[in-house]
Amino acid sequence: MTRIVAAGHVDHGKSTIIARLLHDTGSLPDGKVDELQRASASRGVPFEWSFALDALQSERDQAVTVETTQMLLHLPQRDVLLIDAPGHREFLRNMVTGASSADAAMIVVDAAQGVAEQTLRHALFLQLLGITQAIVVVNKMDLAGYAREPFEAIRHEMAERLRSLNVRAGAFVPAVGRDGDNLLTRSSKMSWYDGKTVAEALAELRAPVPQKSAELRVMVQGVLRRGQSRTIVGRVASGVLKEGLDVSLWPSGRTAKIARIERWPDRGGDATVRAGAPVAFAIDEPYYVERGDIVSGTSGGPALVSRLRVRLLWLAGYALRPGQHLRLKVGTRTAHVELLSIERAIDVQTLRERPEGEAAHGDVIDATFRSREVIAVDDFATSPALGRFILLDGTDIVGGGTIQPETIVERTPANVVAVDHLLDRDSRAWRNGHRGAVVWLTGLPASGKSTIAMSVERRLFENGYQVYVLDGDNMRSGLCSDLTFSHSDRSENIRRVAEVAALFADAGFIVIAAFISPYRKDRDDARRAAGERFYEVHVAADVATCERRDPKGHYRKARAGEILNFSGVSDVYEEPEAPELTLDTAAQPLEESVATLLRFVEDTLAISARHGAPA
Amino acid sequence: MNDRAAADLDELESRTIYILREAFFSVAPLCMLWSMGKDSTALLWMARKAFLGKVPFPVALLDTGMELPEVYRFRDEISAAWDLDLRNEVCPPESGVDQTLPPGARAAARKTAGLRALIAREQYRGIIVGIRRDEQAIRAKERVFSRRARDGGWDVKGQPPELWDVFVSEIEDGMHLRIHPLLDWTEVDIWRYIKRESIPVVPLYFARDGRRYRSLGEKNITFPIESSAATLDEIIAELATTRAPERAGRSMDHETESAFELLRLGGYM
Repeated sequence: MTRIVAAGHVDHGKSTIIARLLHDTGSLPDGKVDELQRASASRGVPFEWSFALDALQSERDQAVTVETTQMLLHLPQRDVLLIDAPGHREFLRNMVTGASSADAAMIVVDAAQGVAEQTLRHALFLQLLGITQAIVVVNKMDLAGYAREPFEAIRHEMAERLRSLNVRAGAFVPAVGRDGDNLLTRSSKMSWYDGKTVAEALAELRAPVPQKSAELRVMVQGVLRRGQSRTIVGRVASGVLKEGLDVSLWPSGRTAKIARIERWPDRGGDATVRAGAPVAFAIDEPYYVERGDIVSGTSGGPALVSRLRVRLLWLAGYALRPGQHLRLKVGTRTAHVELLSIERAIDVQTLRERPEGEAAHGDVIDATFRSREVIAVDDFATSPALGRFILLDGTDIVGGGTIQPETIVERTPANVVAVDHLLDRDSRAWRNGHRGAVVWLTGLPASGKSTIAMSVERRLFENGYQVYVLDGDNMRSGLCSDLTFSHSDRSENIRRVAEVAALFADAGFIVIAAFISPYRKDRDDARRAAGERFYEVHVAADVATCERRDPKGHYRKARAGEILNFSGVSDVYEEPEAPELTLDTAAQPLEESVATLLRFVEDTLAISARHGAPA
Repeated sequence: MNDRAAADLDELESRTIYILREAFFSVAPLCMLWSMGKDSTALLWMARKAFLGKVPFPVALLDTGMELPEVYRFRDEISAAWDLDLRNEVCPPESGVDQTLPPGARAAARKTAGLRALIAREQYRGIIVGIRRDEQAIRAKERVFSRRARDGGWDVKGQPPELWDVFVSEIEDGMHLRIHPLLDWTEVDIWRYIKRESIPVVPLYFARDGRRYRSLGEKNITFPIESSAATLDEIIAELATTRAPERAGRSMDHETESAFELLRLGGYM
């Protein structure tokens, strides 16, 4: 059955149209009209159709819809479910609750007042919640003299607006809800109109067809244990599940076979479970499966990500800012997330973009989250059930939205099967949201290596990266405490640093190594140890500039002969020939070098696009 | 009434089973109310389907001692045959509730008090209730996972949003959730489902001597309607033409305009 939400500006007559449709189609029970008569009279108002839906005392007393409600409408063609949703902005949470359960929308616009802000706001919310089809009722045509021109003007404007939101408009109908004009039968007062009635237009709206042909996705709700047997129970979100099928389990990446599908009562027949249906099954391997896991085919699985690019509606009373920690629930999986950045926030009151980095209650926001755990997701268009989420702060729901295609950097390849003792590099990268790497800063003493390394480490850490700085202080004091500053010991020092850095990179870390490392050969050896994950960064400043800075007085001591083999003074410094990046710290302030390196690391190593561009 | 295809029943059943499993795997301790009426009996059947034959949570009856004898007989037969963990919660006597309330509301107040006592004693965080939106305009405003305050009250105007089928099971200590897996079903859906699945129901639903019960409640405040529908098919056919409301025979709904709203705000189902 199609579920249709009525949306539109407050007082444009949604509840009246719904109640009148219910009445004219015989969908209201006996005695209801008498009850409404009494309720209206007791409040000293003319007969009020909307009281059929606005059943709460406070709704009737104040003549405003507060809470969303649903009623079955028996159209001559077929039944549909109508959802009334409040238009008043205070009750936004109730509006989106009603709209989220709908397949399509009926947007009501007052003919005399025209398209209002609220109308556009609702259209934006509908699109955000995944609704792609609508009809538009231009109501209260009596107040516009039943004339064609105001109707055409509204139709033109709304058609344009809906097109820009990718919402398909099925029909535009001029109507008078209170009198029933063009609701069920064509009105003689608007003979110029020869299109569909509201009832005909509603009957043509259809629920989206379940995606039987789509890739298999099963959301695991839990595991039932009875004696020795363990049965996985869940819902087939898309595709088809059958016995004997080879499947992949996510996020573990293991593969297994569907040993049997369990049904109660078991009436025999074909054990095939289709999209939308509940399922209970056992697999042929003793793997640990838990609530929140996803089952897919062995190819075409979901994306495993720890960075999510989303569009969301913010419902909390406080402002949303980067650094906010929340829980994100997608399907049956709950993950801890942190907001990394707000790409864009639309203030739905003004429909304008807010200044950067700000977002308030009711805003529609494009944002990037990082999750603590790697999660299996799809973008909303691919699989609605795994592509939409809610946000929780404590016990409060503070937002909801959809996962954008930019999140899906890479589908899980069929050949990546992570086993406990054999985690590969890609699995670690997926969990962290970035690849492991060695970022090697080389340069003269006092060129700014350590300062840059520490600042970038801090910024990366705050942005959710696994990062660690190796420098003379932490290496020379322990692992390399037996080494001097002779030429051969300096080489040995760099060799050990390079090996440690490569191990850190293997473990998924971004290592920032800050060493003078004056000899080209040593740096080339370090590159070999880390392989393709090595990035050489030349922190370039001439000797004169460094010597002018000389924060620790080392240059002075070197000139005085108190320090021997001092790079740039009493020993050579071999500049890199083809570094991946050069930071000119003589010409630009350190802050600028920090920003440049930070951008370089994020652009090179993050596996999900952070700024909206597909990687 | 138009025909709704078998596909619609499948869709309704699928969602109800999904909700029952979400409740079981994310809310504990959990309990289901069973009034022995058609709706909660159909729901109990779906709980057996969801958990492969055995209902994994206790099933509670809020007993006013005023149910019809056929109803008690049905309780004993079904709870034995279906191996239910049945908790018969005896509600406080009528003398213990506000005597200024009309009779229907007094029975509801007894059940509300019984439920409150049950929740307080067992520390339940979730109560599964088989209400439907089409029964009553106030029930139409319910959420699937619906929060109740410490005193059992329903803050209908302050309900948090509920998006798609992603339910919020997290609540503060002392509160509880009412879980409503049947909200989308209509009266005739329930009957068609009972027929399709061959689910037993209390015989009082079938007409005898020109009368049948369309909705079952306490014997002093519930009345049979005129009907000749003596089989499931006849009940389904009758509902296709009638425009009389289902709860017309339940006096508690009609004592004043706001009667039912006040009952629900105070914690009634």
